[in-house]
Amino acid sequence: MFARLFENVSRRTLVLLGVLLVGMFGAPLVASDYLLTVLILILYFAYIGQAWNIMMGFAGQLSLGHALYVGLGAYTAAALYVHFGIGPWLGLLVAVPVAALAGAFIGFLAFRFKVGGVYFAILTIAVAEFARVGFDHLSWTKGSSGLFLPVAQYTHNDLWLLRGQPVMFYYVLLVATVLAFVFCRALLKSRIGYFWLAIREDETAARSAGIDTFRYKMIAVVISASMTSFAGVIYAFYYNNLFPEQVFHISRSIEIILGPIVGGVGTLFGPIIGAFLLTGMSETLIAALAALGVDLPGAKQVFYGICLLLVIMALPDGVWPWLSRRIGLTEREK
Amino acid sequence: MKRKSPSNSQTKTASVSRRTFTVGLGAAGFTAGIAPFNIVRAQGAALKVGVLLPRSGFQAGIGQDCQRGVDITAGLLKDMGLPNLQIMNADTETSVDVARSRAEKLIGDGAQVLMGAFDSGQSSAIAQVAEQKGIPYIINIAAAPPITEQGYKFVFRNFPTAGMILGGAFTAQKEIFAAVGAAPKTAVFLHVNDTFGTAMKGGIGAVMPKFDMPYKIVETIAYDPAARDLSVEISKAKATGADSLLLVSRLNDAILLTREMVKQRWSPMAIMSMGPGWYEDQYLKTLGKLSDGPLSFVPWYDPNKPLSKKLEAALAKAHPGVSLNTNHVYTFEALLIAADAYKRAGSADPKALADAIRATKITDNVSPGPGIQFDAKGQNDKLKISAIQNRGGKLVTVAPKEAANAKAEWPLKPYDKRA
Amino acid sequence: MTFDVYLNVAVGGLLTGLVYGLMALGLSVIFGVVRVVNFAHGEMMTIAMYIAITLFQALHLDPLVMLVPVAAVLFCLGYALQAGIINPFITRPEHSQFLLLVAIAIIIINVLLILFGPDAQSVQTSYSYDSFQVGKLIVDATKLYAAGAALAVAVALYAFFRFTAIGTAIRACADNYTGALVVGLDVKHLYALTFGLGAACVGAAGVMLVLIVDVTPSLGPAYTLLAFVIVITGGLGSMPGALIGGVLIGVTEAMAGLIFTPSAKSMFAFGILVLVLLFRPQGIMGKKAA
Repeated sequence: MFARLFENVSRRTLVLLGVLLVGMFGAPLVASDYLLTVLILILYFAYIGQAWNIMMGFAGQLSLGHALYVGLGAYTAAALYVHFGIGPWLGLLVAVPVAALAGAFIGFLAFRFKVGGVYFAILTIAVAEFARVGFDHLSWTKGSSGLFLPVAQYTHNDLWLLRGQPVMFYYVLLVATVLAFVFCRALLKSRIGYFWLAIREDETAARSAGIDTFRYKMIAVVISASMTSFAGVIYAFYYNNLFPEQVFHISRSIEIILGPIVGGVGTLFGPIIGAFLLTGMSETLIAALAALGVDLPGAKQVFYGICLLLVIMALPDGVWPWLSRRIGLTEREK
Repeated sequence: MKRKSPSNSQTKTASVSRRTFTVGLGAAGFTAGIAPFNIVRAQGAALKVGVLLPRSGFQAGIGQDCQRGVDITAGLLKDMGLPNLQIMNADTETSVDVARSRAEKLIGDGAQVLMGAFDSGQSSAIAQVAEQKGIPYIINIAAAPPITEQGYKFVFRNFPTAGMILGGAFTAQKEIFAAVGAAPKTAVFLHVNDTFGTAMKGGIGAVMPKFDMPYKIVETIAYDPAARDLSVEISKAKATGADSLLLVSRLNDAILLTREMVKQRWSPMAIMSMGPGWYEDQYLKTLGKLSDGPLSFVPWYDPNKPLSKKLEAALAKAHPGVSLNTNHVYTFEALLIAADAYKRAGSADPKALADAIRATKITDNVSPGPGIQFDAKGQNDKLKISAIQNRGGKLVTVAPKEAANAKAEWPLKPYDKRA
Repeated sequence: MTFDVYLNVAVGGLLTGLVYGLMALGLSVIFGVVRVVNFAHGEMMTIAMYIAITLFQALHLDPLVMLVPVAAVLFCLGYALQAGIINPFITRPEHSQFLLLVAIAIIIINVLLILFGPDAQSVQTSYSYDSFQVGKLIVDATKLYAAGAALAVAVALYAFFRFTAIGTAIRACADNYTGALVVGLDVKHLYALTFGLGAACVGAAGVMLVLIVDVTPSLGPAYTLLAFVIVITGGLGSMPGALIGGVLIGVTEAMAGLIFTPSAKSMFAFGILVLVLLFRPQGIMGKKAA
């Protein structure tokens, strides 16, 4: 199993991966606190992008409501901590199944009735919005007045309760991103992965080839939802307050998926590259505008939008497929 | 806006306001500064204040309004003999992620105090960064009670919590009822189902019984902050037959609700708002004659305090046609607190600054009450709530008596009886 | 609560729903023919609203008079957008289209923020506060006019598709893309025309909504979402479906607000959407998917 992970991987790719990994693990030693915060954001989006990619990039199901799983993970773990003092890692035992159930619910509704494409995408938005309004009314999680976690004093890092400094969250997210990467690679190399690709390319053909498409699409949704909910748990303990208007909002769902699309849907590096590019671009634009003395609210977003537009027009498949060709890496996953 | 020479230094250096920018587009903007922040020194180094406001995104309107309060501060502080502030502006884009990373960036760039950020979620994210870095953070506006219940040592809030607003509102209402010799018997409570609205709704059950109010709340109606149409809300409120309307809403909703009341021909005896919207310029301008009458019970300014008059004049000069409101007042006061603490501390050492802020006792201020001071949690618990009323496109303060400049008009003139 | 309260609320929901329906109609027309999901739909509507407000402030033109010129401007905008930017994307996967239109939406929102500032703007007409009373029924005048205009625009659009040569050609493109190419139709032009028509629809809806809601630059996304809910409920690509979906959502939200709590009324709209997707995935008026 482990050996298969490295099948068809060129030496160049391995070297590149190694350098990247060492760089990321060493980054907190040299990075300023600001840079560390930005890196945390990047890893957060890279991880969720990877999880989203399982559904869209591998199995071809466009979800525009991933904020739902983030929110469910975040709220479940936070509520357990606030009400019963249950730590985040134990909380995961509840949070993940909750999100998986929500994913299974959506999948069950959609795939049984052959709801696909745009219709499926809108269904995912609808359920996420439903949850947003629902949580606004759920008094157990304090409704729209916001769920606040007691904030730790920052003297030491408590990994078990996830109370501590940003650098701890950085490493947790880094490990999670690496594991997600490896896991996705393993999935792609497995039978499931081949079935998914078959479904993505031509669902009717896949079904006539004897693949139980309902089952494998369900598996994709459930895995993706479960992985995403972990990011939600981290989010809750990193920010220490949750508002339904924030975590379930459609703009969060959109933010999540911009990275993998820009990076390259269906590729393993796409979500990571995309997260780096977009968050980096956002921060660079702010700095560049400040350096030019432009203090004009909205200007940054206009440039951000233009950059997005140019990228998708020039590289419709995303940045990674193009980049990997340019630097001579074989991208076999695609 | 040219690069300023050190001699005429003010603190407005970093910002090119939207207006300046659009007038001289490119040219003016680009010459304004090659360095991110033009460091200007006057007598002694200026205190570097990182200002975080949501100036784009959903809350852009409020964020940019708060920014007006920042822009007029420099001159006033100078007149008061307070040290200069070097303002470092940052836009939170109405996002918690951005608020947090901007706070880190400002501190990295040398900010010695942080100020902002209107919204409770963003303020809470900034508070954690400030606390961790040991940089004092002064919240201008954000009413969610938990922020100052976290045991923070570097976070200060010169803005009332939801409970304080309710208590102040009921006190002021009773004062008005006594003054006009009339009171409603029933009220319908209409509130937006957002952070502030829910905090107020949660508080009302606990606070109201303590005040022995003459009216009963016959029904509570919550509405979605994303609502596009509020006709049902008014139909429902009207159908309760209550003789007054108690509210927590926001600006756009306030305008929509008023229109619906006019169209559905419902004029309660009184409209009593305990949140934003009903007193704002936009409301007065959009609704004209129909804007007259509503009472707002809000953190406001004491029109009789000398500094209020100066602040009003400064705002009128910088932004003609904009009336002084909560956003400007509490943003200004947050900066006033920073400058005052810097003067007393005599250094920009964060620990010394935080201690100085904790010991704040500013009596020459703008907001109603005995002055600015903080309790052990960093909360100004002495703030008073004012009752203001719209009259002919202007705002008057009708309670509490010591901070009032007019008497309340009662009851609300029916909408269909206005020319 | 008495019966007349229910009646008033239902009539209000019906009228608002018709205007929403017109807005959604544009989305439906575009998808039905070009097969591109316009994720910048609500943002395009805010452009129309700002044009209407600017014209109103400068020339004091009544919004209902501006209906046709503003729709024409939006038509040109839509045409240019499709011909210049979107056309290469019609054969690309949905997520590429999504990103493209989200980028356009971000640009529109923030350009509007820079140009017009963040404060809400509105128009005040002589009939802004009018309402008609018929017995116990009180009807909002602006909503009534807007709903009437919505119906008129929808009828005109229907006639265009039904009875003109270009309309027939566009329907041919929608039914059979390759066939249209084979018989020598200028598909690129027709697609741009369709996108323009969709934009004109949402432009007209925007002009009417100016009478009912105040405009802010960030108003767009909420309406984009609303248009989706309506169109999927009514049947993506179906013109009567969009209007019926609009009315259904409008009335459902209104009644749910009245009977339950207004703060949860959008839950019912999403609930209806989920139910429709379950039991009639092609939408109420949609054609059975192939």
